[in-house]
Amino acid sequence: MNVSRAEIVVGALAELFRGDGPIVASPIGFLPTLGARLARLTFEPDLLLSDGEAYLVDVDGEIEGWQPYRKMLEVIVPHGRRHVVMGASQIDRWGNQNISAIGDHARPAKQLLGVRGAPGNTANHRTSYWIPRHSKRAFVDAVDVVSGVGYDNAAKAGLRFHDVYRVVTNLGVFDFATPSHSMRAVSLHPGVTAEEVAAATSFELDCSGASVTPEPTAEQLRLIREVLDPKSLRDKEVPA
Amino acid sequence: MTDKRMTADEVAAEISDGMTIGIGGWGSRRKPMALVRALLRTPVKDLTVVSYGGPDVGLLCAAGKVARVVFGFVTLDSVPLDPWFGRAREAGQIAVTEYDEGMFCAALSAAAQRLPFLPTRAGLGSDVPRFSPELRTVRSPYDDEEELLAVPALNVDVSLVHLNRVDSRGNAQYLGPDPYFDDLFCLAAKKSFVSAEKVVATADLTAAGPVQTLLLNRGMVDGVVEAPRGAHFTTAVPDYGRDERFQRHYVACAKDLDRWPGFVDRFLSGDERTYLSEVDRFELEAA
Repeated sequence: MNVSRAEIVVGALAELFRGDGPIVASPIGFLPTLGARLARLTFEPDLLLSDGEAYLVDVDGEIEGWQPYRKMLEVIVPHGRRHVVMGASQIDRWGNQNISAIGDHARPAKQLLGVRGAPGNTANHRTSYWIPRHSKRAFVDAVDVVSGVGYDNAAKAGLRFHDVYRVVTNLGVFDFATPSHSMRAVSLHPGVTAEEVAAATSFELDCSGASVTPEPTAEQLRLIREVLDPKSLRDKEVPA
Repeated sequence: MTDKRMTADEVAAEISDGMTIGIGGWGSRRKPMALVRALLRTPVKDLTVVSYGGPDVGLLCAAGKVARVVFGFVTLDSVPLDPWFGRAREAGQIAVTEYDEGMFCAALSAAAQRLPFLPTRAGLGSDVPRFSPELRTVRSPYDDEEELLAVPALNVDVSLVHLNRVDSRGNAQYLGPDPYFDDLFCLAAKKSFVSAEKVVATADLTAAGPVQTLLLNRGMVDGVVEAPRGAHFTTAVPDYGRDERFQRHYVACAKDLDRWPGFVDRFLSGDERTYLSEVDRFELEAA
């Protein structure tokens, strides 16, 4: 079966939630949402899915809970039974992430969203990132604004619940499971080379132990193609 | 019983130069836009704006009324960034206090509870404390001795919020899925003003929704404004959703300094009645 890059990515995003159990999955953006729903439909049936607004919903859209923003910030995030998948305009080798602004914070070259919930998310519970275009602009030596906290800063601040889990991109899957918590490749998507990753990353990124990202199972492919994304909107975010 | 009904212009007149104003809602959702538009018609300036920011922040920046924004984000939801907020930041025209979303909530809660601060983990290790060097940490007096961020109370002079229903005394109700933080904004402020889609009899409040939807009691509210479509172009579900087409028009004009004066002339230079009739005309033209 001919599996597209976008389908490999959706499978990898689903894998982020493996073993999470009945915690709140907060995927930000279309592909992470597909991933969370795929995990929910296959190997993580107890995962709680947020609709991105005030409700917890089953995969068929049935409301099963109320989770307005106030409850999210005062209860769900500090309580810690949550796994967020955020985007990142910049990320560095220690997992520091920026969605706030590019350049000098006092007068930025480009104002982005602001830190949003990134500091609280990374201080409180498992956090992963989805970066659709793996490039030197995104994978930088040092982020301009630390919005999401990386391992070096978490250690200094004594954050005992800090858990930056994985980074998924259009090229591969990465984690921080090295002795120094620097980023390394877990797997590269089929057809992607270590040279390609190195050329798209500003810092040294160890790909020596990387496997090939597995394809989704036949059943998962059926769910992606027929149930979750029949219009193939996934291909717009990750071209073949 | 005190009848607190007043006009949007009377609310705007309560706000003076240099004040700290809290604005309810979230992003491009249930923002008190009619009250913001009334504020745009006054000469007031040098405001510190406290907001889960959306087009309220953008419009006040466009009018040059903002000295500082206290925020966790500024977004139009369906459009990620507000062009006017971006322009004001990139031109160095405004100062900011940038908080994590949860820190922001803790800061309002501290003010609401008359506490000097509340402890939180959110913000530690990030650049938030670096950009706000006045922030302090606090150490747990118990055996864990954990060091936490002491988020200072965010006291506000005047808060503006928009709900779905209110009675003439200030008991107010949201009918959508999320109350946002409008009660905290009111409790954190010296004076609070609520606009609503409709002013109804007190008895009608519990007829329209369960008692849990009564977010504000009259002790938290100083003035009531009837403002149908008063959250336009943001959402006020179930009364109406976001006017996406109009929001895109705002963004297109805000991005283009040649088009912006035309937007101001047409939509923001008259009163609220003129605004709504121009919005209706815009809708017909686009249809």
